[in-house]
Amino acid sequence: MLEIKNLTKRFGTRTIIDDLSMTVKDNEIMAIVGPSGAGKTTLLRCITGLESVNTGEFYWKGTKFDPTNTTQKDTIIGVVFQDYQLFPNLTVLGNITLAPTMVKKEPMTDVKKYARELLSRLGLEGKENLYPYQLSGGQKQRVAIVRALAMRPKILCYDEPTSALDPALRDEVAQIILDLKQQEMTQIVVTHDMDFAKNVADEIQQVKQIQ
Amino acid sequence: MIQYIQEILPALLSGTKMTLSIFFWTLICSIPLGALVGLGLIQKFKPLTWLLNFYVWIMRGTPLLLQLIFVFYGLPIIHIVFQRYDAAMFAFILNYTAYFGEIFRGGFQSVPKGQFESAKVLRLSYGQTIRKIVIPQVFKIVLPSIGNEVINLVKDSSLVYVIGLGDLLRAGNVATARDVTLLPLILVGIIYLALTAVCTIVLKLIEKRENVWR
Repeated sequence: MLEIKNLTKRFGTRTIIDDLSMTVKDNEIMAIVGPSGAGKTTLLRCITGLESVNTGEFYWKGTKFDPTNTTQKDTIIGVVFQDYQLFPNLTVLGNITLAPTMVKKEPMTDVKKYARELLSRLGLEGKENLYPYQLSGGQKQRVAIVRALAMRPKILCYDEPTSALDPALRDEVAQIILDLKQQEMTQIVVTHDMDFAKNVADEIQQVKQIQ
Repeated sequence: MIQYIQEILPALLSGTKMTLSIFFWTLICSIPLGALVGLGLIQKFKPLTWLLNFYVWIMRGTPLLLQLIFVFYGLPIIHIVFQRYDAAMFAFILNYTAYFGEIFRGGFQSVPKGQFESAKVLRLSYGQTIRKIVIPQVFKIVLPSIGNEVINLVKDSSLVYVIGLGDLLRAGNVATARDVTLLPLILVGIIYLALTAVCTIVLKLIEKRENVWR
């Protein structure tokens, strides 16, 4: 269970998130929705440690943690960015194996085995040696999901997973997210797409614009 | 004529050796140093960027010829004495590092911020991010500009002539003055053309190899 308590985030004098508390239960999908500019992505960036918070505490299974602490090798949070941000200079397999082998020092053979397993689970068999530019948008996204999963995070976060995809692929992403839930992955999805949120989420967190 | 060419060729080739020696050592030292300067130029620590910008300004803002003369003929006045060859190396490496530094700065800045963030959430350290993700992308971006400087360096190396080093241009000039014929200078031109042609081909091959990813 992830608990966020009294999170406040300001940029200068502008308050983006004001005293927000929320709980993400294990094995659930939480959707964060709201109009654009309301701070959904900022909230996600705070949870993933890309922004520091002004006030607020994070607890994982009752233990406090600091998302911005990058020296902690045991990753709690994995991220799939809106524009995926695959490393263009590395192959699909290179993208996936880089962090587990370099950060966690896991043996390459084990990491590759796990990567192949994840790739085939997401329908990406045979793409191991392609470079990101050779993939379609949907495939890139799935590689980004596999890359995040390879670090064995406790929670997987998505920033606007449907915004860059055509409508047909929207259902495909929903299916992937629901499949991962079957495998007991806790997930947070930031989206402006209310229908999509209702489709996948167990719980919906509204983020409102602060006047 | 063939006989005359055979006569002066050893002198020209020995000059070519000097030219190549300056060329290679400048590249080997200046490219890594330039990458470091470029990395320094994108840091947020202001005194460092001021210092590096000042250095780049001096090096790019004054003629390389002046820098050579300054190091070899100027510095001995304040008791800093370089051998001819060392003076040339010193001036060339300092000068080219500044150019490469600016090229690398542009390269580092054109790597999207998202790549750093993506690496950060994967818990890669700054060093690992630079080595595995940023440098390979920067290398590809800067390759054409580096190529330009490499070609320039082949020709710029002829400036060492002014501090009395026996490079290719000097060898040709000496022969022309002595024998009152254009042939040595034409040969010098041909050798420079051959050197830059080889550089161009090598650069093309490297670019082709880099094109496996986009």
